[in-house]
Parts: sequence; C-alpha cells; structure tokens
Amino acid sequence: MISFEESETLKKLQAVVREVAIQRMRPISRYFDEHEGEIPWDYVAFMHEAMKTMGAASLVPQVEGNKVQPPNYVMLAHTIETLSWGDAGIYLCTPRGGLGAAAVEANGTAEQRDKFLGRLSGDKPVFTAMAITEAQAGSENSAIQCRAVFDAQSQEWVLNGEKIFVTAGHKALVDTPGFVVVWATIDPEAGRAGIRSFVIEAGTRGIQVTRQDKKLGIRASDTVTLTLQECRVPANHLLGEVKLAGKASPKGFKGAMQTFNVTRPLVAASALGIARAALDEMTRLLTESGVEIRVGMPRQKMSYVEGEVIDMQRTLRAAWLLTLKAAWLSDEGQPNALEAAMCKLMAGEVVTRVTQKAVEILGPVGYSRTYLLEKWLRDAKINDIYEGTGQINRLVAARLLLGYRGSELR
Amino acid sequence: MYSFQPSPEQHRLIETVRRFAAQELRPAARAADESGEWPSAVIQRGMQLGLTQVGLTDADGDGDSREQTALNGTLAAEVLAYGDLAGALAILMPNLFAVPVAILGSDVQKAEFLADISIGDEAEYTAALIELDWDFDACALKTTAIRDGDHYLLTGVKAYVPAADKARTMLVYAALEGETQAFIVEAEAEGVVVGARQKLLGLNGFPLFGVELKDVRVDKSKRLDGDFGLVWARMQTTWAAMGVGLAQAAFDYARDYAKEREVFGSKVAQKQSIAFMLAEMATEIEAIRLVTWQAAWQAAWQLDEGDIGAGHTAYLAHMGAGELAMRGTDRAVQILGGHGYVREHPVEMWMRNGRAIASLTGLAVV
Repeated sequence: MISFEESETLKKLQAVVREVAIQRMRPISRYFDEHEGEIPWDYVAFMHEAMKTMGAASLVPQVEGNKVQPPNYVMLAHTIETLSWGDAGIYLCTPRGGLGAAAVEANGTAEQRDKFLGRLSGDKPVFTAMAITEAQAGSENSAIQCRAVFDAQSQEWVLNGEKIFVTAGHKALVDTPGFVVVWATIDPEAGRAGIRSFVIEAGTRGIQVTRQDKKLGIRASDTVTLTLQECRVPANHLLGEVKLAGKASPKGFKGAMQTFNVTRPLVAASALGIARAALDEMTRLLTESGVEIRVGMPRQKMSYVEGEVIDMQRTLRAAWLLTLKAAWLSDEGQPNALEAAMCKLMAGEVVTRVTQKAVEILGPVGYSRTYLLEKWLRDAKINDIYEGTGQINRLVAARLLLGYRGSELR
Repeated sequence: MYSFQPSPEQHRLIETVRRFAAQELRPAARAADESGEWPSAVIQRGMQLGLTQVGLTDADGDGDSREQTALNGTLAAEVLAYGDLAGALAILMPNLFAVPVAILGSDVQKAEFLADISIGDEAEYTAALIELDWDFDACALKTTAIRDGDHYLLTGVKAYVPAADKARTMLVYAALEGETQAFIVEAEAEGVVVGARQKLLGLNGFPLFGVELKDVRVDKSKRLDGDFGLVWARMQTTWAAMGVGLAQAAFDYARDYAKEREVFGSKVAQKQSIAFMLAEMATEIEAIRLVTWQAAWQAAWQLDEGDIGAGHTAYLAHMGAGELAMRGTDRAVQILGGHGYVREHPVEMWMRNGRAIASLTGLAVV
C-alpha cells in the first residue's frame, strides 16, 4: 500500500510544533546567532515541559515502566523539520534527545536503554551527545585513536584520548546531568573491528570540555572538544552485547554505524526545514515587492526567478519524500542504509543550494542581517558535512548500489 | 499514514508489465527507432495486457480505492517506459482520449466512448493538443473554438498527433473564449486535414502527424466541459512516471556496463567519479519517483476529498522527471563513453527519447 495521507495525530502535532517555531524560536533566532556560547534556557525549559506533557511526541524513545518505545521516526522527522524551520541552531538545543540517546537506542541492550534513557524524561532537562571525530579522523572514523582498556581488577573501562566536534557536548556534560557516547578502540591493531562505543555520564572523572568552537552557523548549539584522561566507566557502559565486549569484532563497529541509518534521515529533515524557511521567506519578500511566482508554466515561458523558485520547490519536495521514506523504513524495521545515505546527501545539497539561491535572488536584501536569510545560508552548510559529508554518503550509497565492499570502492 | 510499499497486487502488476517490457518491448525498440514503424504485434500484445484500463477504473473490480487505482496506472507507465518510451506511448495511446473523458465526460459521452475503448487494440483514438510554437502552453492555445448555434467551429494547426493517419476519433483541444476545452472530433469530419508524418529528435517508433482544422463543425454535445486541472495533473504524472522509468533503464544499463568494463586495472564503477555519478542518479530517480507517486495519490484523493495540491505536485513531478530523464540518460551515455555514442547500445536512443519528457508535455498520455 502506498499512501501519502497524514494522520490527524500528525497534523495536530505539526500545528503545535509550528506554533513553537513561530513563538519560541524565531523571536530569539538572531540573538543566539550573535551570542555564541549562550544557551537558550527559556526554550530548553519550555520544550522539556512541553514534551513531558505531550508524551509520545517526544524527540526520544519513551520509557514506560521497564519498556522502551522507539520513537515514530516519520513523526520525528516532521517535528525536526518544523523546529529547524524555526531555527536549526536552537533546535539542536532541544533537550531529552540528541545523538547520544539515538546511539543508546540503536545499540544498547534493554538494560542499557533503561539505565541511560530514563533520565531524559525526569524533572530537569537533560542533553546527550555523541563523540566520534578526532583531529586526525573525520570521515575516516575507523581511524580513531581514542583508547579503551579493560581493567580486569576493577571491572572498568579506562579511556584516554581527545574528541573534537562534539555537538551539545557542553550541555550534556557540564550544564545538565546527561551523557556522551564516546567511540574508542579496544584494539588499535584491529582497525574498525576494535571500535566500541561507551557511555560517559556527566560528573565522571577524567573527561573535560577543553574547547568550544566558533562556527559559521548553528551558533546557538555548542560544539566542543572533549579530553579524556584515565576516564573510568563501569563494564556495562560499553554499548551492546557483553559477548562482543572484550574481543575485536566488526559487529561492534557495524552496530555503531547503524546509528547513522536512524540519524541521517533526521539530519536530512533538519536540513530541509531550513530550506523551507528560506523558500518561504524569499517567496514572502518577493510577493511583498509585487513579484508573482506563477506555477504551472512551461519552463521556456518562466522568468529566471520563477524557474529558480520552481526548482527549489521541486528539489525540496523530492528530498523531503525521500527523507520520509528513509524514516518510514526505520519505523517498519526494514533495512534503510541506502535510503538514509541518499536522503542525507540530497538534503545536504538541496539546503545548501536553496539558501544560497534565496540570498542571491534577493540581492542586497538577501545579504543583510536585518533578515534571517543570510543566517540560514550559514546554518545550512553544516548539513552537507555532519553525519557523513555529502561525499561520504555518495560513497556509502554507491557501495550499496554496486554491491561493492569498502575495499572495492575506496 | 504515510506508506511507501506497493501492495502485493501492485507488485504482481509491476512484475507482469516488467516481464513484457523487458522481454518484448525493449528487444523491438531499436528496430522501431531505425525503421520508424512501430512493432504492431508487440504493441497489440501490450494493449491486451489491459493497461489502458489500469488507472482508469478499478479494472479487476476488487474494490481498490481510487488512490490505489491511480497509482496502478502510474506504476505500470513507469515499467512500460523502462522497456521503451516510444512503445509505452503507443500502448497507452488510448488513454489520451479515455482519461479526459473519464474525468470530465458527461454520462452520455462516457457511455458512448469508454466502453468501446477499453479493449482497444487498434489505434482508433487519439488526441490533438500540441501546437508547433516555441512557447506552446496547454493553457494558452492558439487553436480556437467558436460557438455557432448548436455547434462549435474549430480552427487551428496541431502538431504531434499520435497515429492521426489511422485514428477514427480524436480529442481536439482548443481555446473557447480563452479557456482550454476539449472536443470529440471524428477524423472523417469535414475540415480535418491530416498532414505529413513529423520527424523528431527521438520517439521514432511512435508515429506523429500534423493535423489542420479548418472550420471543423462539432456538435455541442461533443464538448468536454469543465476544469482541466485534473486532466493536466494526470497527464503530467504519467509523463513523470515514464521519465522515471526511462532514467531507471539508463541507470541500470550504465551500472551493469560500469561493473563489467575494465580501466586502469579496475572496473569503471570502482572509480569514484563514476560511482558518485551513479549514486546521484539513483538518488534523483528514487526521489522523483516518490513525488510522482504523491502526485498520482493526490489527484485521486482530490476527486473525493477536495484539493490538496495535486496540480502543484504533478507539475513538480513532471519538471523533476523531465530533468531527470535528460540528465540520467546523458550520464548513461557518458559512462559508456564512445560506446554510448554508438547505436549498438540503447543509451543514445534513450537520451534522444528522454528529451521528450520535458519537451512534449502536451503529448498527453494521461
């Protein structure tokens, strides 16, 4: 069955989230862009309370008693798209979720999900983060050097190393009692087979925020460097099955990579929210200036601006439906690695182009900080980079399409 | 709720059409392109698959919703074009006439024409929409209809009318007081002049003719009356589906070639420049396919539930598929290199055919 029907629940949720975007995000958008490092606490507190009340509409898996309900990813994609339409940087300051939670959800055992995710629905807002990238290992994340050694005597893992580009790392470790999921190798000789992910909670000794980056965009969201020195966590903080814990096995790495199948469509959704914001605002400004955008014209009869607007609408819709399909496959429990990579590569490119074109079409108005278009151009670009650059996602998609292993298509 | 999985019945439909497209339609395509004659036997077998009715009515009467029925037509059109675009157009030709009548026709018109069409294995019904102008626009036609008592008088010059030499009845689109309407015209009517076969960049296996209308008198009961928005939406959606099918054919062919062909000690497909091209093709194909499905779904939904933007979606799908068909087939030629330029492989033909998706919007296989 093929259907594009939006359920009443989804429509209601959309309306509520849109109000949040208009009332709670747009008015503070510029302030937090210009005050990098400050946290939009009013938004954080509001969202924490709102999501608690709304229950199933939360951005994270729901813990009910000792059962964990995975989120509905199609709903989640809609929510993230609309919040990012409001402000993508502030959306990244939405509590209770984040990539750390997604990793626990995707790779944790039932006990681990209960243990780590329960705090997200507590009284105070909590953030989680994921730490993968290192100075010498970006896209090539199997080259990470952060080391985890098992101390048999204390039954603890001991981590040493440095992680960069950790989104919301400050909020997860310093500002709230959250956690960071850190990727480290238990066997540097084993390459990717040696890689595992570990949950490090706020307050753990030996992990420190040592730098906050200044960025092109999404400035409301903190991006930090974490330094780990003799950082000790209990054995059960290694995500996944115990039988894989000790010895090198590619399953652990693959498990960790599977997180991307869930998160890439969500990043794509965020990207497309920014694109829609830019398209809406550009169309509004053009209409106010008396420019009519006619729909349905043969291409050779369109003005340049009309042609560009139609291209924006078209690529945005195409990328959005691809994103929904990737999220829907997650909900259905079907494999979606290909669709996740495809929607992410397309969304990253669409948002980059749409925001740049919007600024271009509006000339000096587009370039002005009086409007948010120039900010969205800056916010957009990260979507072509994080959760796998456009090029990495092409590589992932191409391998799957061609049936090649990593060694066959490098 | 959203769902992106064809039903088991739709899978069976796709498989049936795919088998025909791969085993009969595609093998006949090159000869048809070279000779300019369509492969009658193959086209007739295609028509006998009953695809003309698919998407028009719940043909097997198993109570499919209107949305699923419309999707059936879209799915079938994609797979047919996967075999050969010219052949797909020939097989679906009766729909040029049948779909507008089904959407806008009066009960009398439906009774008179639809029952007859449904089994058609002859090229008896066609439509005349396109005019040979650089700025052709189905919503701003130069062919006119003028009311004259109980009749209309049609005047104008049409281009690219499929099989006009054999057609018995054609649907002629004309501007009535500036608004596009359609009129059922008998080919034998006085003032209908079928011109020469028209030669195009591609689609050589699909015979197209110029038709001139000189004060052709049509009884007022033969007018299709109403808002053609949904007719355009169906037309654009079907074209979009065929663009997707053609691009998919080009992708599959280029992928298989690239995985075979050696260069500098590895396969062509193992080069990132080629692999990335293929990844982009596949991404665009899947994305536009979904917009096309959405357009089909919305158009059917609109009949029952009111406007939710079917026309806009169909337009976006068609714009997307036009570009997709051109770029996808161009890239397939590029990936095959010099071999792609040679008529031994089908990709150069697909590239010529691909341009039609955007250029012949009005060539209404609805």
